[in-house]
Amino acid sequence: MINAVGRDIPEEIIEMTGKEVFQGVHYRDGYTYKKDGPNTKCVINNQGSKLVENIHEVLVKCGIKDGMTLGFHHHFREGDYIVNMVMKEVHDMGIKDITICASSLGKAHDPIVPYIEDGTITNIQSSGVRGKIGDAISHGKLKGLAIMRSHGGRVRAIESGETRIDIAFIGTPTCDDYGNCRGIGGKSNCGVLSYAMVDGNYADKVVAITDTLVPFPNFPAHISMTNVDYVVEVDAIGDPNKIATGAAKPTTDMRKLMMADYCTEFVVNTPYFKDGFSYQTGVGGASIASTISLAKIMKERNVRMRFGVGGLTKPMCDLLINDQVDCLLDTQDFDLAAVESVKNLKHFRISAGEYADPFNKGAVVNKLDFVILAALEVDVHFNCNVVVGSDGMITGAQGGHPDTAAGAKCTIVIAPLLQGRIPAICTDVTTVTTPGESIDVVITDYGIAINPARQDLIECMKDVNLPFKTIEELRDIAYSMSGEPEKVQFGDRVVGIIESRDGTIMDVVREVKDFTFAE
Amino acid sequence: MEITRPAIAGTLESSDAQVTVEPGNGKIDFTLESSVINQYGNQIKKVIMDTLKNLEVDNVKITVIDKGALDCTIKARVEGAVYRSNVQTENIPWGGAVRS
Repeated sequence: MINAVGRDIPEEIIEMTGKEVFQGVHYRDGYTYKKDGPNTKCVINNQGSKLVENIHEVLVKCGIKDGMTLGFHHHFREGDYIVNMVMKEVHDMGIKDITICASSLGKAHDPIVPYIEDGTITNIQSSGVRGKIGDAISHGKLKGLAIMRSHGGRVRAIESGETRIDIAFIGTPTCDDYGNCRGIGGKSNCGVLSYAMVDGNYADKVVAITDTLVPFPNFPAHISMTNVDYVVEVDAIGDPNKIATGAAKPTTDMRKLMMADYCTEFVVNTPYFKDGFSYQTGVGGASIASTISLAKIMKERNVRMRFGVGGLTKPMCDLLINDQVDCLLDTQDFDLAAVESVKNLKHFRISAGEYADPFNKGAVVNKLDFVILAALEVDVHFNCNVVVGSDGMITGAQGGHPDTAAGAKCTIVIAPLLQGRIPAICTDVTTVTTPGESIDVVITDYGIAINPARQDLIECMKDVNLPFKTIEELRDIAYSMSGEPEKVQFGDRVVGIIESRDGTIMDVVREVKDFTFAE
Repeated sequence: MEITRPAIAGTLESSDAQVTVEPGNGKIDFTLESSVINQYGNQIKKVIMDTLKNLEVDNVKITVIDKGALDCTIKARVEGAVYRSNVQTENIPWGGAVRS
């Protein structure tokens, strides 16, 4: 069945998943449902501690068995030890058919690939995957379907009961013996635990894993003891060097700086740029550079930001330090400056649900004026792809891309026209992750295209001195340099689905085939 | 042209291609490794074959490791390798065998 972004979703996938196809960003606005809830084992005794000796013991206590769904978060990013630690034990116990429901998976988790191959892990639900897991899924090694969902979409899936987490493992930088978790402090300081909060609220069993046990009460708790069944202390939950890096040096790449300048010039010429505006940006070089140049113009014109959202990095936190923003709403910290900033009283931690969930009574993304995003590919329908490489391999994550794009009044995508030889602007993206109806502007080093659906923006840019082009013109410039890319040769088997944030099917990902030359 | 000795041109940097030519055994023996093979494999092969034809090379073992180079780069690297193999670094036939 053809969905609202023109993708043909095979009938057997609709049947197998029981899902509808994507029908537009606001299709399920006003949808009413009863939230799911966890099976809760009450603790009334006063014997004190929830400490368990090791991962093996805690798996036994949680009643680990074949077919269970295990929850993980990705606040430790490429420094995470938790997923590998738990899955090794699960594997060694001979458990099969596990579904991993992670807020994201990365190259740090390459070691679980053998568990995919031997059937320990048969389903993966994640924002995305990189490295060898992406390779394994794209080559059809995962028995079930990989489901890629946005950060908001994951919360929706869990709250609605579509995904039931049997055991959630929450790596926490500090914890007391009764399960009060904080993202702050310890050896593996990640600042916040936003993505794990829904796991705490909805998983049947919740296990806190820490390498820094602190005296009770570890307050104010980011995840409360009232949700935690067991606490395990281990030597290390992550590699601090890969969790929060030193602040990235501002880019000196002229191409990125130029795109950042285009972006800032565009932003300040929209009606949304006024005292009290709101803003979110990603962590790409051009996005960070545009935050820096925007801060400068805000100062010159005496315009103040009401709130910034993220995925935070130093330039966003500098806005708070320099008193250019009233507050920051934080779901994840990408560098040490952001982790440090969490201590600021106007730096608020929010859950992934508050941030982006389309199935609650209103999330932060709905209040955004601007979001500055990146993309692997954007097509002439403004559809974006952030998950599947142009070579057909799963190699990225949705993150908050579709959530913020849907919510923000002005969604800007920055992408260099060519990445090596690969055109970022193309006729049809390999896989749709964010629908074109959510994308308002595409900024490249060769020009800027405004979505024709936004005549209002086209009108207010009439006299602005920026290199405006149509999206088709941008594609043609790209193809004139790189040549028109051939369609990737896929096999028939569907290995994954790209889920829209509301749970409908945006697109499917097929098994890759080895390249063969045409005769 | 004859490929009389092995020669190499280009690097393994992003957006470049490294081309190696060696004496062949009576035909064009072509090997390609490319970071963009799924989208541009056929196009790269065509550019290489066309370039060899312009240079009148039909007896060569040619190995290309492509890192997403544009056609013009691939063509220049093939020409570079072929002329190096002939130790010809001057009097390049610009506009003749070497043309766009």
